Amino acid sequence: MTNGHDRVFDDRTPGVEEYESTASYLSYTVGLVLAILATIASFVVSQTDLLWPPGIPVGLIVLAFAQIGVHLVFFLHLGSGSDSTNNILALAFGVLIVFLVITGSVWIITNLNSNMMPM
Amino acid sequence: MAIAAIDRAPTAVPTELARGRGGGGPAPKRTVVAYGFWIFILSDMVMFSALFAAFAVLRGNTAGGPTGAELFDLRSVFIETMCLLVSSYTCGLGALSAERRQPARFLMFGVATFVLGAAFLFIEATEFARMVAIGAGPSRSGFLSAFFTLVGMHGVHVTGGLIALIYFSAQVITIGLRTAVLRRLLCWSLFWHALDIVWVGVFTLVYLMGDWH
Repeated sequence: MTNGHDRVFDDRTPGVEEYESTASYLSYTVGLVLAILATIASFVVSQTDLLWPPGIPVGLIVLAFAQIGVHLVFFLHLGSGSDSTNNILALAFGVLIVFLVITGSVWIITNLNSNMMPM
Repeated sequence: MAIAAIDRAPTAVPTELARGRGGGGPAPKRTVVAYGFWIFILSDMVMFSALFAAFAVLRGNTAGGPTGAELFDLRSVFIETMCLLVSSYTCGLGALSAERRQPARFLMFGVATFVLGAAFLFIEATEFARMVAIGAGPSRSGFLSAFFTLVGMHGVHVTGGLIALIYFSAQVITIGLRTAVLRRLLCWSLFWHALDIVWVGVFTLVYLMGDWH
């Protein structure tokens, strides 16, 4: 157990690098280009009448989700590893909590505001 | 006897079979560490979601003070966004170089990431100082309290990330790219990418939608 051979593998499982290294320069570059495009689109949409004006907030939210997706896939490499099931399940739970906190708060407080006495 | 078998399991079992779901033997330490750090990042996201919710609720409460459309300079927000985005890119390339055991390349990308992150913080701090100077500090209105809390908390995270980057780069220089250091760098890059994801929410909800209203 304690000979030199075992010690080499104490900290690193053999074969890890061969199959874990799914990332590449190309994947990061594609992600960067897509993210820059989404960012520019967001700024353009918010500053011009390219989109039907009442639809601008929805358009911005859609672009934000698209960009977050790009980040998750190309930068965080979610879904490309053999071990991604646990990560995606944890992410789904995180998204659920984030969704509940934000929409719940906005919903309740909007309701509260509209029931306030006019000042 | 049984303990010895467990100790030996990582070397005895072909790791391609280890899926981290109990079958095929224990998952590699690297997978376990990254998963634990991923849980931390998600809990950080939940913390941010509370700040986002507070901002969304308080954005109209300007108490007669300046609104977002009057205060924000979208040109500098765009430059900030690009700084953080490109720093996320160089951070990813740095992590890749580290994984391929190229310390010199890693340090090069690390310096680029640091410079871009510091540029982001500098622009943000300048904006904050300008707003406080014209009387639009955090105590002016509910809107500004929520704004400074949310954007400031993101800035604090970026500052912490930069300090950690210095620390881990020093480790790469002094003790080299050994596996423990590599794992820390992997976690650090996850953290940095996550900060960029939070920033997507910030510039969309705070700056762009604030400007449009």
